[in-house]
Amino acid sequence: MVDTSVILSGIKMDNPVIPASGTFGFGYEFANIYDINCLGTFSFKGTTRDERFGNPTPRIAECPEGMLNSVGLQNPGVQRVISEELPKLKECFHKKVMANVSGFSVEDYAYTCEKLDGESQIGWFEVNISCPNVHGGGLAFGTSAKNAAEVTKAVKKVTTKPVFIKLSPNVTDIVEIAKACESEGAGGVSLINTLLGMRIDLKTKKPILANKMGGFSGPAIKPVALRMVYQVYDAVKIPIIGMGGISTAEDVIEMMLAGATAVQVGAQNLVDPFACKNIIDNLPKVMEKYKINSLTEIIGGAHNG
Amino acid sequence: MMTQGIYEILYNFQIAPNVYSMVLAGDTSSLLAPGQFVNIKLDGKFLRRPISVCDFNAETITLIYKVVGIGTEQMAKMQKGEKLDMLVGLGNGFNPEKAGDKPLLIGGGVGIPPMYNLCKELLKMGKTPTVILGFNTKEEIFYEDAFKNLGVEVIVTTVDGSYGVKGYVTDAMDREYTYFFTCGPMPMFKAIESVAKTSGQYSFEERMGCGFGACMGCSCKTKYGNKRICKDGPVLYREEIVW
Repeated sequence: MVDTSVILSGIKMDNPVIPASGTFGFGYEFANIYDINCLGTFSFKGTTRDERFGNPTPRIAECPEGMLNSVGLQNPGVQRVISEELPKLKECFHKKVMANVSGFSVEDYAYTCEKLDGESQIGWFEVNISCPNVHGGGLAFGTSAKNAAEVTKAVKKVTTKPVFIKLSPNVTDIVEIAKACESEGAGGVSLINTLLGMRIDLKTKKPILANKMGGFSGPAIKPVALRMVYQVYDAVKIPIIGMGGISTAEDVIEMMLAGATAVQVGAQNLVDPFACKNIIDNLPKVMEKYKINSLTEIIGGAHNG
Repeated sequence: MMTQGIYEILYNFQIAPNVYSMVLAGDTSSLLAPGQFVNIKLDGKFLRRPISVCDFNAETITLIYKVVGIGTEQMAKMQKGEKLDMLVGLGNGFNPEKAGDKPLLIGGGVGIPPMYNLCKELLKMGKTPTVILGFNTKEEIFYEDAFKNLGVEVIVTTVDGSYGVKGYVTDAMDREYTYFFTCGPMPMFKAIESVAKTSGQYSFEERMGCGFGACMGCSCKTKYGNKRICKDGPVLYREEIVW
């Protein structure tokens, strides 16, 4: 019997598989099609201080082995997340959930995290300083080590739960930013968020997305994600949640070998609503194939020797 | 509730320039209302292709689609016996309960297909629907006979006047009706909105990511809050739409 469990910042997870924020809503709608308690956990829809509609449509474009999105953090705002979404989630998910939080100022991040910190359903924070789809915030914090450190510090000050900082790949040196977060007390880092991309419609000769640019995700970005997780693993002691193009149990193992303690699945949920369940079901079989007894033992395995 | 399944192509043939009819065999139990859609996985394409359901019974689903890009081009080449991975039973569909005795069904171009199953449903309920089908020109016309075979009044409009009433669907709307249902392009919707005399339901189209409510890719604002075209729609009530 293989052991798929991992420990993420002191919380034991049955397996390392986590649907990524923005691809799983607040969970309860997926609970209609399968029992989502099979998940390690999931990262809920990026939540901000105030309600947001997000960007104009079209917000979605396709590309080979991936997609672009420019949703722009549509969410009901932290107050309604607490009063409406979390109670609905409680009915169908009995594990700790990961609270994904975004903001437009250091104060925003701190405000939203402080509000959520008292919720017992939440196990971890995932602070998104890397959303490419909003102006005057999001990515602005994720592309500077100084700003990333400042957000980390402010959130740490008002929270008691482990804080993961979600990093952008749209930077020259992601290692420097990860280290800045670690130095201000981050419990871990999540990487990578989407790559900034564009598609142009030949019929209209204009960008397909109304917001012109959007976040590029899907299997096409997996090598970039693996490389960055590998680099960051060498440089920090805190755990890494790895993501970017994960769609199979083999991908999960590859990401853990690069250095991830847990692994998120994003775009694949949108083309296969059963993606995470299938990955979890397949994990033991694939572990046996590659003679892996315990997933915990392979974290960072690609760095040895 | 949405289901995922493998469906076998029974027929796939052209019915008008660039317009094809595909009949698939498989589980249809998740289709609960006219106007719902399926989301099709195609080899080599990352996102699925959402296509509205024209008709269904206990064993088969009929899809009518227009070739508009690389995905639908690929579909047009598919042969009998090939299999497709589809998510089925997506979207809310039309609510025929609101129809009254003499509803108007207005379809424009590839917005016509979902009107077919709706028309059958309304007939089953003992209603007397009238169907208006809008095209640009005579050679584009499809499904006129299919609707006539249901025994309903069918009015065809062509923009160039090469067949039926010359002009737009709105040029055939000056009549008595109790309610309306429509699917078609946005300019047609806006024209209908300006002349419609009753309540009604509009079926919207939008670029989608997932098709089942997860990604927020197809959100719109309504008078009663934000809605997702794929999950809370594609059918919205006239009263809630923000134009």
